[in-house]
Amino acid sequence: MAGGVCVLTEFQDGDFRKVSYEVASEGKRVADALGCDLCAVVLGSGIGDKAGVLGKYGVSRAIVADDERLANYTAEAYVPVLSEILKELEPDVVLLPASLNGKDLGARLAAHLQTGLAMDCTEFKVEDGTIKAKRPLFAGKCFGWYEWDSSARPQIASCRPNVFERTVVDEGASAEISAVTPAVPSELKVQVVSVEKEEGGKIDLTEAEVIVSGGRGMKGPENFKMLEELAQLLGAAVGASRAAVDAGWRPHSDQVGQTGKVVTPNLYIAVGISGAIQHLAGMGSSKYIVAVNKDPDAPIFSKADYGIVEDLFKFIPIFTEEVKKAKG
Amino acid sequence: MNIAVLIKQVPDTETVIKIADDGKSIKTDDIKWIMNPYDEYAVEAALRLKEKTRGKVTIISTGPQRVVESIRTALAMGADEGVLVDDPALEGSDVFGVAKALAAVVKELNPDVILCGHRAVDYDEGQRGAAVAEMLGLPHIPFAVAIDVDDGATKVKVDRPVEGGKMSLEASLPVLITLGGAHAIWNPRYASLPGIMKAKKKPLATKTLSDLGIDSSEVGPDARKIRIISMEMPPEREPGKIINGDLDTEGKAKELVRVLKEEVKIL
Repeated sequence: MAGGVCVLTEFQDGDFRKVSYEVASEGKRVADALGCDLCAVVLGSGIGDKAGVLGKYGVSRAIVADDERLANYTAEAYVPVLSEILKELEPDVVLLPASLNGKDLGARLAAHLQTGLAMDCTEFKVEDGTIKAKRPLFAGKCFGWYEWDSSARPQIASCRPNVFERTVVDEGASAEISAVTPAVPSELKVQVVSVEKEEGGKIDLTEAEVIVSGGRGMKGPENFKMLEELAQLLGAAVGASRAAVDAGWRPHSDQVGQTGKVVTPNLYIAVGISGAIQHLAGMGSSKYIVAVNKDPDAPIFSKADYGIVEDLFKFIPIFTEEVKKAKG
Repeated sequence: MNIAVLIKQVPDTETVIKIADDGKSIKTDDIKWIMNPYDEYAVEAALRLKEKTRGKVTIISTGPQRVVESIRTALAMGADEGVLVDDPALEGSDVFGVAKALAAVVKELNPDVILCGHRAVDYDEGQRGAAVAEMLGLPHIPFAVAIDVDDGATKVKVDRPVEGGKMSLEASLPVLITLGGAHAIWNPRYASLPGIMKAKKKPLATKTLSDLGIDSSEVGPDARKIRIISMEMPPEREPGKIINGDLDTEGKAKELVRVLKEEVKIL
């Protein structure tokens, strides 16, 4: 089978990560616009027949490479396996998640196949039978539309998590599964020594639906407890401005902004964050923005859909109580 | 240990980005140029490896003469030598064009470890490290937040984040590592005044593509695999509403809960 759209999924710890369904759904929309078929490639360990579920999102066939050595991602193990599978499939378009692993995989795969990659895309359109991709530049200060040179096939694009809607097209459908023996290189120079997950299955900022973020106005690490409590009630992840991270109040993985994570949650609540240009770039694409700051002139209010001019130490505990009441 | 660091000069993160009249590039007048922050972490990581192994650090970049300033900054921080590939034919190249030039310089140096930022805060394509590693036939490890080398300098141990946790990896040398994390993790050192004085005397070579045996047809805009066809600004946000200032704190809290319920629909 040559042509068509192929999606690469992310299978980790016994299941697909949510972003896989987002990518499959977008893959289906692109495939429909191009009038072609959608297949998926699933790499991992312990996949069994779980790949069938991709059928619900419009994947007609899933190529499954199930191998213990693929349990944890490294480019060195994944790229040769994928490259072999893709040579067989010859898709026109390859979409994959712009998760951490997906960003890295896309980059190395594109270099290996000597083709173009559009990283961290937020929108696709099909014009005159070819795909165009939109992606943020300067961390979202502006956007660029890209097209691939006619010599660059497959056209590879990674899809930003939390942006593309998951769409079940046929609840009863199951993808046809083709198992392949993966060509994992016999000698790997990079070895995974350990993987540690934080307790309580912390939601990553890039995948969170709701983010409660604190800045310099929080005054100290101990005050973030307040935001953690609110976040827990809202099912949110806790983020931070660079000022709060530089002060050592929060881990670097919480940093939102041009030199941290660029996030697109449904709701972003900025607490005690004045709104430096680098921070606004990193969260400005959130669907809804709420800002709590006692300074009515703080730049964050220019981006906020809803502004609360209040002392956060007074407002947040009362607001948290009100959220509790509302949740019953 | 012989260490190469790839750096890129980018607009300062304070820069307000404006789209140029052609609709597909940005206005570059009045831009203040800085070393890409993630590359600065790479310089810091390299200097720490150098201190541990008594190695040598070479800074490599591409671009016009203004990039010399960023290379000098790295030399002032403590790196030993710099190489700039300055060739008009490189202008408008995609990541592969740039990576070809970088890889050619790296190859001559034959380093044990190559470091660079995992992304640049301008076009943010996040592919330079992987592309250079692929061209050199080397493995790479992305997003490093900690790098350690064993006493014999034969292998490296690298920590990188995964969603909701971290992964530790080990690799034999040579290897390319891209830097992740944040300023607070790496705290790149400032150039001291003596460092700045010394940097002026450190070797900084400028090379052209022909010096590196690269045909200019392999790089530049015509060799691009993907290209920008148009740029746009983010959609303007509707002017925000300040929740009624006449309400008391509790009133504002109740109003925000109503908004989250009825408009954002998350409660």
